[in-house]
Amino acid sequence: MSAALQTTGLSKTFGGITASDDINFTLERGARHALIGPNGAGKTTFVNLLTGVLKPTAGTVTLNGKDITGLSREARVRRGMARTFQINQLFATMTPLEMIAAVTSERLGLGSRLFRSMTGERALIDETADILARFRLDDIMDETISTLPYGKQRQIEIAAAFAAKPSVLLLDEPAAGVPEAERKELLDTVAALPADVSVLLIEHDMDIVFRFATRITVLVNGRVLAEDAPDIVARDPAVRAAYLGEAGHG
Amino acid sequence: MSGENLPGRVYGSLLAARRWHPAEIAFWLLAVVVYFALPRQLLLLNEIAILALFALSLDLILGYAGIVSLGHAAFLGMGAYVAGLLALHVTADPLIGLVAASAASALLGLVTSPLVLKGNDLTRLMVTLGIGLLMLELANSLSFITGGADGLQGIVMGNLLGVFEFDLFGKTAYAYSLSVLFILFLIARRIVHSPFGLSLRAIRDNSLRATAAGVPRNGRLAAVYTLSAAYAGAAGALLAQTTSFVSLDVLDFHRSADVMLVLILGGPGWLYGGLVGSIAFKFLQDLIAGWTPQYWQFWIGLLLVLFVLGGREILHGGIKGLVARIPFLQRGRRP
Repeated sequence: MSAALQTTGLSKTFGGITASDDINFTLERGARHALIGPNGAGKTTFVNLLTGVLKPTAGTVTLNGKDITGLSREARVRRGMARTFQINQLFATMTPLEMIAAVTSERLGLGSRLFRSMTGERALIDETADILARFRLDDIMDETISTLPYGKQRQIEIAAAFAAKPSVLLLDEPAAGVPEAERKELLDTVAALPADVSVLLIEHDMDIVFRFATRITVLVNGRVLAEDAPDIVARDPAVRAAYLGEAGHG
Repeated sequence: MSGENLPGRVYGSLLAARRWHPAEIAFWLLAVVVYFALPRQLLLLNEIAILALFALSLDLILGYAGIVSLGHAAFLGMGAYVAGLLALHVTADPLIGLVAASAASALLGLVTSPLVLKGNDLTRLMVTLGIGLLMLELANSLSFITGGADGLQGIVMGNLLGVFEFDLFGKTAYAYSLSVLFILFLIARRIVHSPFGLSLRAIRDNSLRATAAGVPRNGRLAAVYTLSAAYAGAAGALLAQTTSFVSLDVLDFHRSADVMLVLILGGPGWLYGGLVGSIAFKFLQDLIAGWTPQYWQFWIGLLLVLFVLGGREILHGGIKGLVARIPFLQRGRRP
């Protein structure tokens, strides 16, 4: 069986600067995989290459065994790749219900229907309810998103990505900026994601990485420095020197 | 709190969002009542209905999709000229003219839509302004078709539905314009509450997230821009048909600016903004012009500045507060 997500020789140069350098990376099915690295290591560029925001200079990206290197962002979403953003990207004037319904209706291919009524779509209603319940958003589903506390907004950010029913989910620093009091609920949400979804976690916070990930890839200067189980990566002298040593300069 | 029947509650919320509010029904009843109650004002009411339709058209792109435009008169003018020319040379039937004018404007909208997909608000303002100016100059220079500065004169419309003659008092005109406004409003209302409408709001709220949710941004925006152009074309046709005259004025910049003002006055993004705004605008115009004819633009300008700098919140908040105090208007509101 092919990997959920795989890159081969993935490279990106901006002018003379190499942001991603020959990255060979595999996300196994059902993985809980973390991508770490100091600031400027090329994590963001790598995510942008995966999601189609940037086109690679060389190399390929395959999703569930199919080459998606040339596909647009929307096409990749339809093929089963969804992401969250480091900074919340929400439909702020909508309610959580509307935002989840918007994502779900797009997944069901209803988005281009001008005269369809949403109340007549059984699948849309059931799936929206399902996501709202799973992410414990049902008691606030009719509030306006912009008025909700930050931790809840972060939940909605993940719920919206999940509503696209991805086979691969990229979580970009999911707990960033969430106050301590709301942190636990958020991490529980991440931990409770279904096992058949392959998750790539891009994260700074080592507590979260070691709690959540079963495999870690360390990116430094656009290259893969190490990839292994968490305890082995944590002991790797090269990683300690490159990553942990530089972390202080953050 | 979560309750057993969440799908039922989701259904209920979706239904509540598109259910008719009593105030809406009252609004449309009032629009019919004034036909009988104000027989001397029908020409003015006709103007209001047409302006309302034009503003509704702008609301579709500005309020629901976040596309700003300073050249919306291009579509109004296209519709007016097509309706006028058709009446002069082909057929005097108003409904055929209405449909043809909408179609022509929709086509212009579709063709120019790629230009408004790119860039930020400033780019869009300049591009739409440019298209507006282009259309004005085009109509001016094609004087053998458009009559240039003299405009299209001698338009004689046939009877509406073969029965109702266009009279001097605007009886047929207002009934016609109001009917078209109402029907197009119903369609717009249906569309903004559809999955398509929700995807437009998604793009307006956050284009990045919308794309990440798989929404094909460009296609959706082009679709609504075309639809909005068709609406503006219908407004142009009504204008040409009910006044029996088309001049370069329909393409003038002040048309684009006025309709923006009207929509901002009424508030974009809830469909009634253009309708309420056009009533307020025409009313103010009449009031101020009667009081100080030379300087009415000064006062409307001052009003606009005060309005967007904070008066809007105060006024809209006041109205909401008022509505909340009237028990009759509470039915149909979300629990």
